[in-house]
Amino acid sequence: MSLLILAATLLLLTLAGYYMGRGRSVAVSGGSTHRLHSRPQYYGVYVALWCGMPSFLLLALWLALEPQIVEMILVSNLPSNILELSEDQKALVINQITHLALGGIVGGNITPEMEAAARDYAAMRQTGFAAMAVLVLCIAIAGLALGRKRIATTLRARNQVETVVSAVMIVASTIAIATTVGIVLSLLFEASRFFTKVPVTDFLFGLQWSPQTALREGQVGGSGAFGMLPLFAGTLLITFIAMCVAVPVGLYSAIYMSEYAGPRMRAVAKPILEVLAGIPTVVYGFFAALTVAPFFRNTGQALSLDVSSESALAAGMVIGIMSIPFVSSLSDDVMNSVPQTLRDGAYALGATKSETIKQVVLPAALPGIVGSVLLAVSRAIGETMIVVMAAGLAANLTANPLEAVTTVTVQIVTLLVGDQEFDSAKTLSAFALGLMLFVVTLTLNVIALRVVRKYREKYD
Amino acid sequence: MAMAAENLMVQNPETSDHKMIARDVSVYYGEAQALKNVDLDIGRNEVTSLIGPSGCGKSTFLRCLNRMNDVIDGCRVVGDITLDGHDIYDTKLDVVQLRARVGMVFQKPNPFPKSIYDNIAYGPRIHGLGEAKSDTDEIVERSLTRAGLWKEVKDRLDKPGTGLSGGQQQRLCIARAIAVNPEVILMDEPCSALDPIATAKIEELIDELRQNFTIVIVTHSMQQAARVSQKTAFFHLGDLVECGDTQQLFTNPNDERTQGYITGRFG
Ligand SMILES: Nc1ncnc2c1ncn2[C@@H]1O[C@H](COP(=O)(O)OP(=O)(O)OP(=O)(O)O)[C@@H](O)[C@H]1O
Ligand SMILES: [Mg+2]
Repeated sequence: MSLLILAATLLLLTLAGYYMGRGRSVAVSGGSTHRLHSRPQYYGVYVALWCGMPSFLLLALWLALEPQIVEMILVSNLPSNILELSEDQKALVINQITHLALGGIVGGNITPEMEAAARDYAAMRQTGFAAMAVLVLCIAIAGLALGRKRIATTLRARNQVETVVSAVMIVASTIAIATTVGIVLSLLFEASRFFTKVPVTDFLFGLQWSPQTALREGQVGGSGAFGMLPLFAGTLLITFIAMCVAVPVGLYSAIYMSEYAGPRMRAVAKPILEVLAGIPTVVYGFFAALTVAPFFRNTGQALSLDVSSESALAAGMVIGIMSIPFVSSLSDDVMNSVPQTLRDGAYALGATKSETIKQVVLPAALPGIVGSVLLAVSRAIGETMIVVMAAGLAANLTANPLEAVTTVTVQIVTLLVGDQEFDSAKTLSAFALGLMLFVVTLTLNVIALRVVRKYREKYD
Repeated sequence: MAMAAENLMVQNPETSDHKMIARDVSVYYGEAQALKNVDLDIGRNEVTSLIGPSGCGKSTFLRCLNRMNDVIDGCRVVGDITLDGHDIYDTKLDVVQLRARVGMVFQKPNPFPKSIYDNIAYGPRIHGLGEAKSDTDEIVERSLTRAGLWKEVKDRLDKPGTGLSGGQQQRLCIARAIAVNPEVILMDEPCSALDPIATAKIEELIDELRQNFTIVIVTHSMQQAARVSQKTAFFHLGDLVECGDTQQLFTNPNDERTQGYITGRFG
């Protein structure tokens, strides 16, 4: 609570800094602002930065480090009989003390020493916070004064503000990149641990997937097989079926919306299509499991075909329907951005509307269309919920869309739900699967990029 | 109006001096009228230039001649326009065929983002003019040569047309229009994006093309109209004010609005 007040005060100070800086710069210029190096707003932002940045940084630092420091002090002041306890018990006691200090209800036996320690702890945190608040406010005010004092007609406020802004942007993109790299590295690391337990070749080329390893010695059927091929086959099959639905339907509706539909039709149809993208996948999942799959099964029976009650076809179709808006909406946008002058050029040569679309609009919009299809493909590959509900968990190696299959993502989920040991082959195989999935999607992207670069028709 | 159309057909339209005849043409964009009862004859194998202040309806009239206005939402054309005596707004006539006969070059060069070769070959292909590769090759070379571009691009036919300079792009667009072998070529300010040298080249080209084609050109440059055209039509606020021999219109206009425009008093 008091933290909130502190933050609000800082914000107010920063805002005040902005107005002071702006006012000051106008005053310094003697009323003719064109004598200033930068526009007055920049001087405002300059002072606001001086006021806000150091103080907020300090605040953030404090929030990050304070708990550890206070706990260290707490531990060092504990009476020796607690310090002599084992690590686990000590952690429990410290936990109890901190809870006590926060006024929580704590079970177990509370000794007077612990109560004393809790009081100390609470007091320490309070004084600590007060000291920090005063310090932060002082820094903010000092920054404000300093910033204001530095304002002069020759101060290059715009350049300095822009430097700070670009630094912030660099930090933001570094965070994004670092996270990605971190994820990939951890995947690599955990996967390599998996490969020490299961040979790489078994994983890559194995035709059997049954990750149940024995929990106890001598349990039946517990050897485990980690061949990824059935899973990737299942993923590819479902993705393929999904794209057979999503690409034609999405592309045709995009063509209709951007080239044929009138503005009123477009205004209605486009948002409705985009609603499809907003439906949670669970909803699609039970739609697939309860409506589509039984429908295929019944139809199959009527045609005396053997359709399993959970089929790749049902899941793939529903994923395809789910992906339609990705294809249609994005393709529609890129086709709309193809300049009208190109269409006019084709019409003026006596091209019909469909010739114009096929030979001029689509080639010019190709990169965007491929991009939209790729987006849909990666959605389909990554889709889990619908597959769990509609395609089952059986790792069959088959190309028959009427049978039950499973996918990589579904297996990752089933590997990691429930209680698991974190170093069993079963758990680690999830990382290996994740890594392979990553490699596959990356390859797909690279290939698509190449294709686009080769065939794109670039208009300026 | 039917009467007017009948009267036009007294002489044999295929050999008459007038390739295209517009009678009582009005154009509306929604409610707004952009063109008011325009009568204009377009001479066979002549260059007719359309001049007038901005927004007076020159482009609108030009687009009526190959029905490019059809593409625009809310645009309505009334009146009669004939090509060799046949009504071009007749439902029996396919607009696609019409546009193959009446080609168009736009103000801003708009080459397709395809290779130079494909830019030229596009029209002939869709109209089935060049079935064999060698036919297409020949059409491409002939069109580019006539547009005065062959020497400059013959070694880079497979490079994108968008990579050419502005003037070259415009000549490419002219070559593209010629390639389908039209009878009339409409040009909407074809030189407005070009430098004087490129402009001179295109003017020269227009003069040569006159031998085989009927040309209608919109221009903002009085000098250009005087240099390239035999007939000039002056538009003002949607009206066709005056139309006649270029020479006569520039030296001795009948209407004082024309006088005012060509002497630079307004516009
Ligand atoms: N697509 C359109 N929708 C609505 N009004 C239009 C449209 N195109 C043109 N107009 C209107 O019709 C009138 C004539 O336009 P037009 O383009 O024919 O003029 P212009 O003589 O070619 O002018 P400029 O020399 O500037 O090219 C103008 O008032 C214009 O605003
Ligand atoms: Mg115009």
